[in-house]
Amino acid sequence: MNPANPDDAFNSELSRRRFLRHAAWAGAAVAVTVTGGVVTSKVLGQGSPAPKAEDFTFVQISDSHIGFTGAANPDVTKTFQSAIDLVNGLPARPDFVVHTGDLTHYSTNEQFDQVKQMLSTLRTGQVLVLPGEHDSTDDTGEKYRQFFGAGTQGDGWFSFDHRGAHFVALVNTINLQKLGHLGPDQLAWLQGDLKRVSSETPLVVFSHIPLFAMYPDWGWGTDDATTALGFMRRFGSVTVLNGHVHQLMKKVEGNITFHTAAPTAYPLPHGGDGPAPKPVVVPAGQLHQALGIRQAHLVPGRHGLAIADQELPS
Amino acid sequence: MSFPFSRPAALAAAIGTLAAVGLTACGGATHAGTKAAAATTQAAPAAHAHAEAPAAAAQPAVATSAVTIDNFSFMPAAIKVKAGTTVTWTNSDEEPHSVVSSEEPMKSHTLAGPNNTFMHTFSKPGTYHYNCGIHPFMHGTVEVTA
Repeated sequence: MNPANPDDAFNSELSRRRFLRHAAWAGAAVAVTVTGGVVTSKVLGQGSPAPKAEDFTFVQISDSHIGFTGAANPDVTKTFQSAIDLVNGLPARPDFVVHTGDLTHYSTNEQFDQVKQMLSTLRTGQVLVLPGEHDSTDDTGEKYRQFFGAGTQGDGWFSFDHRGAHFVALVNTINLQKLGHLGPDQLAWLQGDLKRVSSETPLVVFSHIPLFAMYPDWGWGTDDATTALGFMRRFGSVTVLNGHVHQLMKKVEGNITFHTAAPTAYPLPHGGDGPAPKPVVVPAGQLHQALGIRQAHLVPGRHGLAIADQELPS
Repeated sequence: MSFPFSRPAALAAAIGTLAAVGLTACGGATHAGTKAAAATTQAAPAAHAHAEAPAAAAQPAVATSAVTIDNFSFMPAAIKVKAGTTVTWTNSDEEPHSVVSSEEPMKSHTLAGPNNTFMHTFSKPGTYHYNCGIHPFMHGTVEVTA
């Protein structure tokens, strides 16, 4: 894959039109880029540097809960499809799409099959998946791994290198006793995996349950995350992307930046808002605003990823 | 494009003791809620300690063999039964729940819809902690007397 200009990934049609007007007026090509919510522009043309190979985008989607039938979202298949359509309509094809868990609500074979078929329609280089606790409701992830476990280890964890960055997908949704849990086998694997990666390499970590203490009383944390994060302290830039909490949140801890993701299914309350993390019913016509997809843009030399969260269309 | 994400596991070195990295809870974190733009700051207790003693243990045990799951809670959270009693859990939430315990070999199916009850017979005296396997912050205890 060779995107002509990865900066285009964040161009909107409006930006394009402005760019064309601006270019005609100024007599020079100007590329408008939105990264991390900040609009920047630069002059292109002779002598401008070629796009670096390491500059790329990927997409995160999360918490689709196929099989859920409650009032908070009467049609989770429709909103999941809407998220897929949104990804497929992006100006630049993402290098890959990662789904950070809770694909299904009840972990049935039918639900896994449906999710797998829908994910296969994504316009991207590769689809990566990790499980949520709803993907192992009545087993310890066996059914999940029959559908999505190829090429993974242990409970379904894996890592890979892509365009100069290192990616790790962790599984912290099996054998839960209060919080998310990684377990000694996965921690040993992670330590070995990261050992061979240089500290200058941008590190991106995926998990379902947050690796920071977002709201432990509702299980929004991981009991052995401190050990895992300890392996990552020497890296210059670490970004952790998770799902589970069905809402956007950003937190910075030294070299590590955490971003929780919007769901495609239904919102949950802020931690501690009410007695339990029950699906929130929002007024008719507003559900799409609580759902979304995320584009992550890796820019060499920039600390962390540029994150652009986008609501589903109405 | 190929993603070589199935690499042989590097040697599984023993995990060294790491200096505890003080992960303070959410102070200073920003909520970018899609609806509410207002930032919320939460004062959550520090996590990463092992699960504390379940809150259920602090409550007096109720003599009953029926537990209802309501609003993400086991009700009553602590029960007392005689050995040989069959305890029944009934989920009245819209959300699926389960009943699992590492202290008593007990693992329910997913309690949901028409299949929303689970029964287990306790034969040995003792106090058994259990939780929901899907929402593990939900805890309960069964005290079995001779």
